[in-house]
Amino acid sequence: MNKTTIILAAASALAVTATAQEIAFDLKDPKGVNNIVFKLDAPLESINGTANGISGTIEVDPAQPEEIEGKIVVETKSLTVSNSLMQEHMLGADWLDAANHPEITFEVKEVLNPVKNGNEGTADVKGLFTLKGVSKEITAPAKVTYLPGRLADRTNGKTQGDLIVIRTNFQIKRGDFGIKAGENLDKVSDTIDISLSIAGSAPKKS
Amino acid sequence: MSTFLRLGTLILWLSILSWWAAAGMNLGWTKTSVSTMETDPITGIDYPVWKKQFVPGIDLLAVGTGCAVVLFGVSFLPFLSRNNKNQQL
Repeated sequence: MNKTTIILAAASALAVTATAQEIAFDLKDPKGVNNIVFKLDAPLESINGTANGISGTIEVDPAQPEEIEGKIVVETKSLTVSNSLMQEHMLGADWLDAANHPEITFEVKEVLNPVKNGNEGTADVKGLFTLKGVSKEITAPAKVTYLPGRLADRTNGKTQGDLIVIRTNFQIKRGDFGIKAGENLDKVSDTIDISLSIAGSAPKKS
Repeated sequence: MSTFLRLGTLILWLSILSWWAAAGMNLGWTKTSVSTMETDPITGIDYPVWKKQFVPGIDLLAVGTGCAVVLFGVSFLPFLSRNNKNQQL
C-alpha cells in the first residue's frame, strides 16, 4: 500500500464519518404548523396570504446546525388569501398556474457565513428557487434551531427523535419568474415578501 | 312615492354602513375567510388558522353607497313626483 492509497483511504473514512453525523429531517409536519407568509404591498392594494402544503427533506449535522442541505417543496394550491375570488385568480393560468406548476421549490446549494451559537445557527443560504417553472438563484438569511429529543413532546411520547426549526425572510420579484412582468403593478406588487417557518422531524431509528 | 323611495334609500345606506362598521370597518377588500395566528408550544412557530367568515370591505360599502345614490336620484324622476302630487290631491 503506497502513501497515496493511505491518504485516499483516510479521506474516504473521514467523509463517511461526516456523512454519518448528518440527520435527515422530514418537513411534512403532521401538526400542520409549517407555513409560509407572503405579502405584496402595491399602491392600491395590499395582499397577504399563507401557504401550508410544505414537504421535503433537510439534512443537518447537529454539531453544525447552520450547515444545511436539502429541498423545501410547497404545494402551489396550498397558497391561501382571504378572498376566495382573489385566490381563484392567484392560482389561475394568468398568475401562478397551479394546474401546470403544482410545486414551488427551494433547493439548498450553498451555505455562506455560518455562525453557531449552542443549538442554534445562522447562515446565508444560497439556493435555487423555482416558481412557475422558472428557476433563479437567491440567497436568504436563515436561522436554524436544533431541538434534540423534542419529537416525543409533539407526539405524546409515541415517537422518539429530534426536531429542527428553520426560519427565514426574503424577497422575490414576480416579474423575474414570468408572472405578468410589468403588469398590474398598481394592484399587485412586483416585490413579494416571504417569511418561512418550518419544523422538521427525525424519528430515532430503533 | 318619492318620499318612500328616499326613506328606503336612507335605510338601505345606513344598514350597509352599520353592517360594515359592526364587522370591524375593514378598509381592505371583502374577505370570505380570516386567519388568526397561533403559536406551537414546542417549536415556537407562529402558524395561521383559517376559518370561513364573511367580512364586508370598502368594495361592498362603495357598491352600497352607489346603489343608494342611484335610488336617491331615481326618486327625483318626474313620473314619481307626479304620482306623489296626485296622491296628495
